[in-house]
Amino acid sequence: MEATNISSATAAGVPGRAASGGAPVSLQEVSRSFGAVRALNGLSLEIAPGELVALLGPSGCGKTTALRILAGFETADSGTVTVDGKDIAPVPPAKRDMGMVFQSYSLFPNMSALENVGFGLRMRKMGAADRRRRAREQLELVGLAAQASQFPHQLSGGQQQRVALARALAIQPRVLLLDEPLSALDAKVRLQLREQIRSLQQRLGITTLFVTHDQEEALSMADRVGVMKDGSLEQIAVPSELYTRPATAFVAEFVGTMNRIPGELASGGQATALGTVTDVQSGCAEVPPGPVDVLVRPENLRIAAIAGGNGIITTRTFLGSVTRIHVLLSGDVTVQVDVPSATATELAPGASVQVSLDGSPVQVAERS
Amino acid sequence: MAAIISDELANETAPPRPHRKRRSYPVWRWIILLLTAVYFLIPLYAALRFAGIASFGDVVHQTGFSDALILSLKLAVITTVLTMALMVPTTIYVHLRLPRLRRLLESITILPIVIPPVVLIVGVLEVAPGYLKSTPYLLGLVYVILAMPFAYRSLDAGLRALELRTLVDAASSLGAGWLSTLWRVILPNLRTALLSATVLTVALVLGEFTMASLDLYQTFPVWIVAFDQTSGPVSTAASLLALFVTWLFLLLIVTVGGRRARRTGGAQVDLISVTRRDTVR
Repeated sequence: MEATNISSATAAGVPGRAASGGAPVSLQEVSRSFGAVRALNGLSLEIAPGELVALLGPSGCGKTTALRILAGFETADSGTVTVDGKDIAPVPPAKRDMGMVFQSYSLFPNMSALENVGFGLRMRKMGAADRRRRAREQLELVGLAAQASQFPHQLSGGQQQRVALARALAIQPRVLLLDEPLSALDAKVRLQLREQIRSLQQRLGITTLFVTHDQEEALSMADRVGVMKDGSLEQIAVPSELYTRPATAFVAEFVGTMNRIPGELASGGQATALGTVTDVQSGCAEVPPGPVDVLVRPENLRIAAIAGGNGIITTRTFLGSVTRIHVLLSGDVTVQVDVPSATATELAPGASVQVSLDGSPVQVAERS
Repeated sequence: MAAIISDELANETAPPRPHRKRRSYPVWRWIILLLTAVYFLIPLYAALRFAGIASFGDVVHQTGFSDALILSLKLAVITTVLTMALMVPTTIYVHLRLPRLRRLLESITILPIVIPPVVLIVGVLEVAPGYLKSTPYLLGLVYVILAMPFAYRSLDAGLRALELRTLVDAASSLGAGWLSTLWRVILPNLRTALLSATVLTVALVLGEFTMASLDLYQTFPVWIVAFDQTSGPVSTAASLLALFVTWLFLLLIVTVGGRRARRTGGAQVDLISVTRRDTVR
């Protein structure tokens, strides 16, 4: 009953240990159907050791199925899943060494926080004293040493999720799986926990797959974000690229705020909207020339108060450093424009304004 | 005992009532409570007066008393063990893997209540093999069927109160096999439901008359009825004793089993649920 019994997990999980180098994870052409519903449609995804990849998408896009296949709770109809280069299809979930944090209510109600964290170690036949020591260290790691003897129903939602995180990390997993772990929490706690999870993950250098429908969460935490739609990846890229150079109209509109403005696409690859001619970003080749919608972010629109302009301000929302202005254009199109709050004073609701593009390359999509 | 069972079912199916405001006429509450108490306690008191304390001593020394009591207790143990061994894995399996079958199982388990006991026992006696008919354990097997509706309902309610899928997934991601998950995660959190199922099963066995009588075994209730013919006060004492013995065992199960359940704040179904509801969540 000594610590030496623990396969591959003897290096102590002490706070501040050096990055241990998580395992590389690879999904190749993974498909999975539930009856007539195709939840995953040939999903391929590579996660580098120590990387945090977020899967982002609307509900029903297959992101949770991907995570559950990696965890072993679902099996793929076709395709391969490898960890550290080995096919894990025949390995049952209990033997995969993957720590998982669930959306909520995953702590065992009959066990204290300490017993919960020690559960995985107990399953690995670690002796009681070592187990307690290690579980306590993990609780310190998430700042809950003082709550060690409390039961789940005595802990707040945020504390419960921190215990769940400590429990997942205690087994020194090769891969960490996060299934919307923050979505049941209130905004402030969510923000704190977001940072805590990210810094722990980086410190431990653990390969992590994070599933969420909250784009802000994905963009702020992940090394790379994969946007999913209908069971496959639309685009996977670092957050800034996803925002500035979305590969498809779906990604463009799903990530961040995007205006759709009616325009014309010329065969030469330039678009005209609001009287401005601009270049079109690459990756929109499949849209045929003719009437299109031009996709522009609120910060890439210019606005000026002019009598007899092309739009009328309907609302003005102060957001801190910027103010968001809603403008009703002719043709019943509403656009959102962000301006520095210092210059927003003259842009009052009811005022006539001229809205134009700032000239940076735009995305186009087929007219909706 | 009938009152215990119907209360239990009512607790289970009704959603928890919202807490009444404090200021809603506490006087009326006390009056209703008092009337109810009178309704239940006066017959008991009258019976006690009529029997007299001395009669209880007479009952205990009657021939067949201890044999009948021991037989009933044996049957209670057998029935409970068999019922749990059958119903616990079945209910968990249906919840996890075949949730669509829950409705069907619910209908099947209600059958023993719908079919009159007489029909059931006559049918069983017709087809039961001879070696079983010559032992009282045949009764135990039949009682398992009778207890099924109550056991299933308790367990079902207990499981519904758990996030079973998530707990099982969490346990297995941490390296627990099926047995560990069942033993260390599911059963401890089902403690209250198990307790409730046990209490109902034991109460049922200790009070069942029709089947035991038709199967020609002298369980405790059968013995009391057989004994009823002789002396008024003594037979009244016997009836009261049957009531008290049942209560005693139920109390025993609740106190022994309930001690740890309290800590976990688990499922809502049990005989003392009214007092505990506030502590849950």
